[in-house]
Amino acid sequence: MHEKKINMKDVIKNVGKVIYRGLKRAFIVMKPSLVAIGLGLLIGLMIMIIFDAGDAFPALGTLLIGGFNGGLRGIGNTLYQAAPIILTGLAVAFAFRTGLFNIGASGQMMMGAYVAIHIGVRYSLPGTLHWIVAFLAGMLAGAIWGLIPGLLKALSNVNEVVSSIMMNYIAGNLLIILIMRYVFNSSYSRSLNILRTAELPLLTSVFPGSTANIGIFIAIIVVVIAHIILHKTTLGFGLRASGFSMPGSKYAGMNTKANIITAMTLSGSFAGMAGAIAFLVVGKNIGTAFEIFPQGFDGISVALLGLGEPIGALFAGLFLANIRMGAFYMQRYSFVPQIIDMIIAVIVYVTAISSALQIVFKRYREQIKSWSKRIFKKKEGQ
Amino acid sequence: MAYKVEMRHITKIFGTLYANDDVTLQVKQGEIHALLGENGAGKSTLMSVLFGLYHPEQGDILIDGQPVVIKNPNDANRLGIGMVHQHFKLVDTFTVLDNIILGVEDTKNGIIQYDQAIKKLEHLIQTYKLHVDLKAYIKDITVGQQQRVEILKMLYRDADILIFDEPTAVLTPQEIHELMNIMRGFAKEGKTILLITHKLNEIKAVADICTVLRRGKKIGTVSVKDTSIETLAEMMVGREVSFSVDKPEINQGETIFKVEHLNVSGQGRHSVKDVSFEVHRGEILGIAGIDGNGQTELIHALTGLKPILSGQVSLMGSDITHLPIRKKYEIGMSHIPEDRQKHGVVMDFDLQSNLILQNYYQPQFQKHSFLKFDIIQDHANELINRFDIRSERGAKTIVRQMSGGNQQKAILGREISRNHELLIAVQPTRGLDVGAIEYIHSQLIAERNQQKAVLLISLELEEIMNLSDRILVMYEGEIVGELDPKKTTVNELGLYMSGAKRGDVHA
Repeated sequence: MHEKKINMKDVIKNVGKVIYRGLKRAFIVMKPSLVAIGLGLLIGLMIMIIFDAGDAFPALGTLLIGGFNGGLRGIGNTLYQAAPIILTGLAVAFAFRTGLFNIGASGQMMMGAYVAIHIGVRYSLPGTLHWIVAFLAGMLAGAIWGLIPGLLKALSNVNEVVSSIMMNYIAGNLLIILIMRYVFNSSYSRSLNILRTAELPLLTSVFPGSTANIGIFIAIIVVVIAHIILHKTTLGFGLRASGFSMPGSKYAGMNTKANIITAMTLSGSFAGMAGAIAFLVVGKNIGTAFEIFPQGFDGISVALLGLGEPIGALFAGLFLANIRMGAFYMQRYSFVPQIIDMIIAVIVYVTAISSALQIVFKRYREQIKSWSKRIFKKKEGQ
Repeated sequence: MAYKVEMRHITKIFGTLYANDDVTLQVKQGEIHALLGENGAGKSTLMSVLFGLYHPEQGDILIDGQPVVIKNPNDANRLGIGMVHQHFKLVDTFTVLDNIILGVEDTKNGIIQYDQAIKKLEHLIQTYKLHVDLKAYIKDITVGQQQRVEILKMLYRDADILIFDEPTAVLTPQEIHELMNIMRGFAKEGKTILLITHKLNEIKAVADICTVLRRGKKIGTVSVKDTSIETLAEMMVGREVSFSVDKPEINQGETIFKVEHLNVSGQGRHSVKDVSFEVHRGEILGIAGIDGNGQTELIHALTGLKPILSGQVSLMGSDITHLPIRKKYEIGMSHIPEDRQKHGVVMDFDLQSNLILQNYYQPQFQKHSFLKFDIIQDHANELINRFDIRSERGAKTIVRQMSGGNQQKAILGREISRNHELLIAVQPTRGLDVGAIEYIHSQLIAERNQQKAVLLISLELEEIMNLSDRILVMYEGEIVGELDPKKTTVNELGLYMSGAKRGDVHA
């Protein structure tokens, strides 16, 4: 009996150690993102204090609580908003792992959205099949929109940043033409509502009154698949090798051109899914004023904040969607929701320079150390 | 008389590693003092402490007998300490002159005043024979000239304690010779020189005193005149080192690798012009030449990193001229690349991934395109043991965190253990220490003895002379001579390399 007790203690101790180590490692990995978020919120708070000192702190609380302010409905809406930016974030992160900067997630998402709406409005297919076809077609459209800059880069070394930005503008204008031609609702000057059968299954029973749908599950599944592709398969091995070192992967006999094309196509397909998920909802329409979807650029923030990893994009997307919802609820105070865009901008800035910041912090730490050392020495000398 | 430079009981710790452990260094004025040690022995760390880049945990520094605190390189400059780093710190798109005065430029109303600087520099160039065109851009001049710019930078700042960190690693034999003359000139002028190196010949040729470090500890300080190379090597490595390469006579077999009338377009002046040769089983064919005479282009063309303009290359009887790189490997080519960090490894991958870089897609390492991580790790551990690849975290170490010597061992191990008949080794010992060089040489000989064909390209004449069964010399993109290492001398080789002599080539 006595012996067993000691064992139990050891077990608890060991389990504790493992958990502690895991948390510590997770903290080290996430440190740049956490520092960025902390600094972003701090600067946001300062801005809020300048505008209205009294409301600043409660408003910050509201911001952080985010979608939870609105109970289940708020959470549902957060999840609805999170799914597309998780996927655009994944698109950017995936390309980034292959050494490509896909800044065209917006365009890819727009093409995905349009094709999904097109099928949702103009075709009629039995029940479940309808939304699945619309979703897959949206994914394909995004893939094609990503393939084009990929081909340009691989075959004639056109910088993918430039070409994918251009593709955003082409998509933005093409969208207006296509909507007016095929799915135009002239009384509201926007796309027609999709058929009920094309709608992604809603989660209204869990999150009543919200637009939450299974998009969030799709996003999570796709993130996991992307993670597996990148880190467990031969395809991912080649893609990451190309991302880290083009000359190295060329030396190793990998087909670097094929890798670029594959990565951009997969990246585009993720953004295309984002478009399908966001718009395969009855009552969500695309207007005919020129616009480039902001979710594509949110994707860049999400990817940066998620440290360029698929799993990171998942959490960063949820975080971003949550504080976006928080910004909505913040309107009950005297603050405009634009403040949230400023805070997000700061967070992205700080993430981008986080490694530089860590060097600065380290230098300060060393300086303080050497000061204290010298003071000690002087005391000893006296 | 007080020492010019005295470092007392310096201890510098990185994490748990004692990079310097109670090291004391005493250098007299006008002396060329060599710091000898293997890679990672702590030579560069010690000099970085002197130059203010690192702050030691313990120890004091005295200059001219006066205790000083050197917090950063600016402090070091003020004390007359200058350093030429192994990797030059120059702005490529600036002129030589701009690079030299950068940071200490004279200005009048915000406009740089060049006249004084040019006058002073011209004087320095004359005095020390450091000829370099002040108006040239750094990107247009050779590595040897860039080094002179770095030296002028120190002199311009009136440094009289000159630190050279592995200065000969990037130079040709002729440039090394010139550099040594320059150093002797400095010493004669009363300047104090600290030379970091692991090349014993250079120490023997130029240094007066030598301090040996091993694993962060000082082993001893000796007079170079009275100490043999063998003793120095033993002090450095901690065991006896053999310099002679043991190479048994063996029979050469059939032709494995055949190059016919190869032409390669080059970016600059040099390209490969009508090169033909063969490599047989059981033979090491050495290609000698001064850097930049088409060797890099030749190898890149043979291995597939660069397109071939015309000609034919065949391996094991099959035409591989225009095959993709992966196909060449599958037929039986192994390649230890010249630029190991650019081509040879993916620096941000871990060691085990790097050891399957060319083979990851083969059934051995994947099933239904999922990587078999257990087998990949076993494979890595096997190579780590067999080739003595040292790293902090074994198979999972990120290659960027490994030392250059161990990176090279990893590449060597990977290329030798892969199925192959031809091994192309380019500059396989560049920048490595004596122990690693000895090991790599023995592995290359072992390859030859196992009836593989080895193509060795090197700028180190000694390496070519010791290892090769046959030597080809490249000059301006052409093969200008075929020599038998048993019958030729380094001098004769040098004549071919400089284009002064041409021979009949039967290869």
